Amino acid sequence: MKKNIIQIKGVKKSYKDVEVLKGVDFKVEKGSIFALLGSNGAGKTTMIKIMTTLLKSDAGSVMIDDFDVEKNPREIRDSISLTGQFAAIDEVMTGRENLQMIAKLRHLKNPNQVADELINRFGMSEAADRRVGTYSGGMKRRIDIAMSLVGNPKIIFLDEPTAGLDPETRLEVWKIVKGLSDAGTTVFLTTQYLEEAEQLADKIAILHGGKIIAQGTLEDLKKLFPSAKVEYVKKQPTLEEVFLAIVGKKEDK
Amino acid sequence: MKSINRYFFTDMGVMFGRSMRHIFRSMDTIITVSITPIAIMLLFVYVFGGAIETGTENYVDYLLPGIMLMTIGSGIAYVAYRLFTDKKSGIFERFHSMPIARSTVLWGHVLTSIISNGISVLVVILVALLMGFRSSAGILEWSAVFGILSVFTLALTWIAVIAGLAAKTPDGAGAFSYPIIFLPFISSAFVPTDTMPSAVRVFAENQPVTPIVEAIRNLLANQPVGNDIWVALDWCIAIIVVAYIFAMRVYKKL
Repeated sequence: MKKNIIQIKGVKKSYKDVEVLKGVDFKVEKGSIFALLGSNGAGKTTMIKIMTTLLKSDAGSVMIDDFDVEKNPREIRDSISLTGQFAAIDEVMTGRENLQMIAKLRHLKNPNQVADELINRFGMSEAADRRVGTYSGGMKRRIDIAMSLVGNPKIIFLDEPTAGLDPETRLEVWKIVKGLSDAGTTVFLTTQYLEEAEQLADKIAILHGGKIIAQGTLEDLKKLFPSAKVEYVKKQPTLEEVFLAIVGKKEDK
Repeated sequence: MKSINRYFFTDMGVMFGRSMRHIFRSMDTIITVSITPIAIMLLFVYVFGGAIETGTENYVDYLLPGIMLMTIGSGIAYVAYRLFTDKKSGIFERFHSMPIARSTVLWGHVLTSIISNGISVLVVILVALLMGFRSSAGILEWSAVFGILSVFTLALTWIAVIAGLAAKTPDGAGAFSYPIIFLPFISSAFVPTDTMPSAVRVFAENQPVTPIVEAIRNLLANQPVGNDIWVALDWCIAIIVVAYIFAMRVYKKL
């Protein structure tokens, strides 16, 4: 039995009169990928903000890496990193400078070396010395995630990591996320795409109406539905598959 | 307050370095900040100046302190704007979820504001020198002038922090600076207050710009500053305390 690195019990949060979270419970196993699935406005970002010490909950308990968010936010910040919904990068600085800045703020001994390593790992050596303001959306997302990896935090929170990305970049982000989990990092992500949760997550929780209405592995969740009917349907390629096939051919590395 | 983070100064350095980079990579903001005050200085010296009786030989000498304050007034709009951008871009959230001394996120901006406004003021002084401004002040007096200007900048910067953090739009972030830029007009910055109608005069003589301008003017002319410098500092410190409290309140709610 693996250790639960995140334990959430009965978390409630209201904004003025609107009750966004009405008692949320879930657990995340160490080293796993956990997807919090929900539609827009379901409270996914609120949940992430509470776990990353940005927001205080009204009730309930949140334990991250054995620390209580209420009592030990500092210790928690040492072991987490957050990639928010919008690329939180300094656009006036270069990619390299952004990475170095985060490394310095994590008080690492060799910020320049850490930055270089991540630049290589993410294949960004060409763009690294350009200002981030000139990057494409996909590039920004990449540097954004790279910044979250500085200092190898134990848990990485990704708030809708692929929102607004083209299909190609989305696949790339998926690859990064899987790679993180293979290296033992716990990944907590939110998404509104079922496919994303299906592709990536070891465990999925569905947040709806302020509560977790279902959680478990993909298999567990599938069992909640009536058994599948067998039907023969001619499968047309989706536009996404067509796009990726064409683009993939062109840029085969 | 909890014990000061042992990384306070490291974090502070990183934050300061970051926003100073912003300044040096967009030197045009320094020009934008100084251009309006310089234009007003040219206008007043070469168009209206001949008709203004200040009792000083050289009108530029009389005018410069007020123009310096105006420069700072327009400079802090950028501080608010930079804070607004940081809040909107989510970079604050990134910083706040990291193990750093939180207040350094703001202090980095505040220190940068003092340096960048200092540079703008230097540009204005250079132009004034070309226009015939001369001062008999020594190092001590000049240091006092820059001291007052720094404290004044600090006061306005904390107001800018409130505006930048509370704003909903980038335009809203900078809008608060207009009345501040206008304030020197209703003071002794451009003309002596004696000829003003009594209601205006009462306002002009009792608002912060007048004692600050008078103190700087006397320092630059190597004259005794009297009480003005203390009134000026009282104003600035009062504004700093109040604005800081409100700014922190807004910041904590982020």
